[in-house]
Amino acid sequence: MDKLRERAAALLADGTVALVIGYEEGTNKPRPLFCHTAEDAGKLIYDSRCINNLAVYLTKKELMGTEKVAITATIPVLRSILQLSVENQLNEEKILVITVTEQGELKEFAGFAEIESYIADFQLKLSGKEQEIIEKLEGMTREERFEFWMKELSHCFKCYACRAACPLCYCTKCIVEENRPQWINPWAAPLANIEWHINRAMHMAGRCIGCGACGDACPLGIPIQLLTRKMMEDLGPEFGFVPGQPSKNGNALSTWKADDKENFIR
Amino acid sequence: MNTTNSEFEPKIVAFVCNWCTYAGADLTGTSRLKYATNVKIVRFPCTGRIDFMLLLRAFAQGADGIIVSGCHPNDCHYTSGNFHARRRWITFRGLLDFMGIDVKRIQYSWVSAAEGAKWADVVNSTVANIRELGPYTEYKKVAEYLDKEDYNG
Repeated sequence: MDKLRERAAALLADGTVALVIGYEEGTNKPRPLFCHTAEDAGKLIYDSRCINNLAVYLTKKELMGTEKVAITATIPVLRSILQLSVENQLNEEKILVITVTEQGELKEFAGFAEIESYIADFQLKLSGKEQEIIEKLEGMTREERFEFWMKELSHCFKCYACRAACPLCYCTKCIVEENRPQWINPWAAPLANIEWHINRAMHMAGRCIGCGACGDACPLGIPIQLLTRKMMEDLGPEFGFVPGQPSKNGNALSTWKADDKENFIR
Repeated sequence: MNTTNSEFEPKIVAFVCNWCTYAGADLTGTSRLKYATNVKIVRFPCTGRIDFMLLLRAFAQGADGIIVSGCHPNDCHYTSGNFHARRRWITFRGLLDFMGIDVKRIQYSWVSAAEGAKWADVVNSTVANIRELGPYTEYKKVAEYLDKEDYNG
């Protein structure tokens, strides 16, 4: 951790970067920190409790000016960065990615290609609790599944924290703010909630990298990350998409293969 | 609702592509083939234009079943609209099923402009299928508040 602070302070002091995005100690858990000066860098921390996906800030205009920005990246952040770069949302030259390896060593990436080879060793795994819910859902009838999701989604009050936390939700105008026509009603009601979550999942199809930031951000603990996760699995091997690995072959829904397999179209 | 399944008349919305299925349905008519009258056809430039929100909207507005139909693969007027649509359907169908929305109520099909008889068959079998499944009360219940006040205006 000291090495990280030193390095961040040095980067800021010599003007290599104008900003370091990292974590600091919060009230109950670590929170994002934006260091503009070398002194700020003293507050930086990096450990297993740091779970916010900081990649979400890399598409924010107010942070990403003309200056170079450094980011302390966890594995999910590295994945997000790759996916964002595939979608042409990042300027490789303006971002300096730093991570701390499992051995506690500081690692700076020369470019996105290096990130790719680095994360290839890390498998994307569901947490025990997520696995439990998936297994529960798999054992259910369709009606029970509907009841499960309606009950879960009925808690949703449309705070859009899931959207705000997702590094890949970067549209300047979201469909829920679209009002001509108003496809999704803005209030929290059963239909409006189910439509919002279906939309969120569909817009993530083949793009979600499975960081789980949406579910972590949900103040009501709705396991919404499972919806996007499900999409990821659906598009998986069949279409050549590997969960957690950004695809270079384009977006799942804007590409196609003549021999896409299905068995429900007559 | 008190209707039993035998009295129940399914409401079905068909989203069809202008170039194949719409013309196919036209052929069904000009060929004087009789088929179920439960279908309301909505014409689209291409299956690639059929947004999944339209399907959800149809269910919310009271449809018991949905038909989505377009050109056979490789026959698309715009070369690849139906391939894109197929990807979307595969993804969407998986998600709906995972959320417990009844995917059996959505019939996807390829009907070309020359397949008037196939269109009649698709409609008839879908109607029979939905008749068996009964009214789609689950989703209507979710959308109930839309009827109570004029939210859709």
